[in-house]
Amino acid sequence: MNMPDAKKILVRVRVNGVAREAEVEPRTLLVEFLREHLNLTGTHIGCDTTYCGACTVILNGRTVKSCTLFAPMADGGEITTVEGLAKEGKLHPVQEAFAECHGLQCGYCTPGLLLSTMQLLKKYPKPTEAQIRKGIAGNTCRCTGYQNVFKSIRMAAAEMEKR
Amino acid sequence: MYAAPFSYFRAASLQEAVKLLQELGEDARVIAGGQSLIPLMKMRMARPAALIDINFIPGLGDIHNSKGELRFGALVRHADLEHSAAGVTVPILHDCAAGIADVQVRNQGTIGGSLAEADPSGDWGTALLALDTSVVCLGPEGERTVPLEEFIKDAYTTALTHEEIVTEVRVKAPPKGSGGAHLAFKRSAPVYPTASASVQLTLADHNTCKDARIVLGCVGLTAIRAKEAEAGLRGKPLDEKNIRTAVDAARAAADPQSDMRGSADYKRVLVGALVKRAIGIAARRARGESVDAGHEYAGR
Repeated sequence: MNMPDAKKILVRVRVNGVAREAEVEPRTLLVEFLREHLNLTGTHIGCDTTYCGACTVILNGRTVKSCTLFAPMADGGEITTVEGLAKEGKLHPVQEAFAECHGLQCGYCTPGLLLSTMQLLKKYPKPTEAQIRKGIAGNTCRCTGYQNVFKSIRMAAAEMEKR
Repeated sequence: MYAAPFSYFRAASLQEAVKLLQELGEDARVIAGGQSLIPLMKMRMARPAALIDINFIPGLGDIHNSKGELRFGALVRHADLEHSAAGVTVPILHDCAAGIADVQVRNQGTIGGSLAEADPSGDWGTALLALDTSVVCLGPEGERTVPLEEFIKDAYTTALTHEEIVTEVRVKAPPKGSGGAHLAFKRSAPVYPTASASVQLTLADHNTCKDARIVLGCVGLTAIRAKEAEAGLRGKPLDEKNIRTAVDAARAAADPQSDMRGSADYKRVLVGALVKRAIGIAARRARGESVDAGHEYAGR
């Protein structure tokens, strides 16, 4: 077997509108790149097995599980994390709705759910119940039982329509 | 979890990817969406010394409709297909694409990667076998087109040589009067199905079955074409008795293994039920009806 050459490579991305870069080992997962190298710890590592969706971020307009992407694969990309949702100290309507409707308890899954909700409402501004369920099927919450999450998403959709 | 260290190469073209495969030898692997390979690497079940990233090759994610043939670039993501015109004209493709795992995985996983991985529980290997599908492979000697039946050899084993790469998946558009469905049952969105069934029927006079393809997924080392079940329908009216015969034959063709998703007996019963339901939906679609179908799981 050839001995692998683990030489570091430069990964450049725009995170929440800001150009960021770091030299990392190729095996660095996108979620570790964000948390350990860019100090953006809002994105959580849950199951680390492509199941729970706590690590969900938006990459080039689409949600991905950042535990299942090597950082170099995101090179040149545009990333939104939970830190990018609030603007000028004011929560995004999706965040407000989750707070208002108790769409979270421990908060571990919340960053992922917020970004999945962003993507869902971008595609379906007035989502049906089925679209809501399917839209967040890749996000696992072990506290709320989802009913309050659904409520939050419905409220966020209504609020965003008003604006 | 960390994958074992590897060196990373970014291919700018398919030719460069093939050249890298030649140069780097057998310890190198191609990475597309990575939704199977990365978890395997994190669990250290795969330890490639080098990865060749094809995600930056321009045009490899395009879908073309060329004279009755749908051509999917190897990098077409499941979500691209889910929202494509191809999924509207050939509903079985939409059923499959829209039900694979969850939104995030569909945004990243690719049709070419899924076939090249040849996971026995993968959806594309099953759904595409119900259609006339071929896989275009590029190697140092040039391009060859392999029918899907011959492409998938065994569980996780394809006809690809080490120096070859999947570049395109070609699907012949079904004739008029044809309808299909891919149904799968899974316990929750992100997991592989427990069993799946793909059926494509071509009807004459809305009832006589001119042609039938019946494929079973997750109940063998590869997707299984239930040819006796197909013969039970071909040239016959689509009535209750003939459907029952076909379903019994499909159940007999299944070769499931007991695992954490269910016992072999359970999977055999389940796949029979999925075939029966898929025949019904395929027939309604063949008659021009619009029917919503796909993966079934808790909460959907």
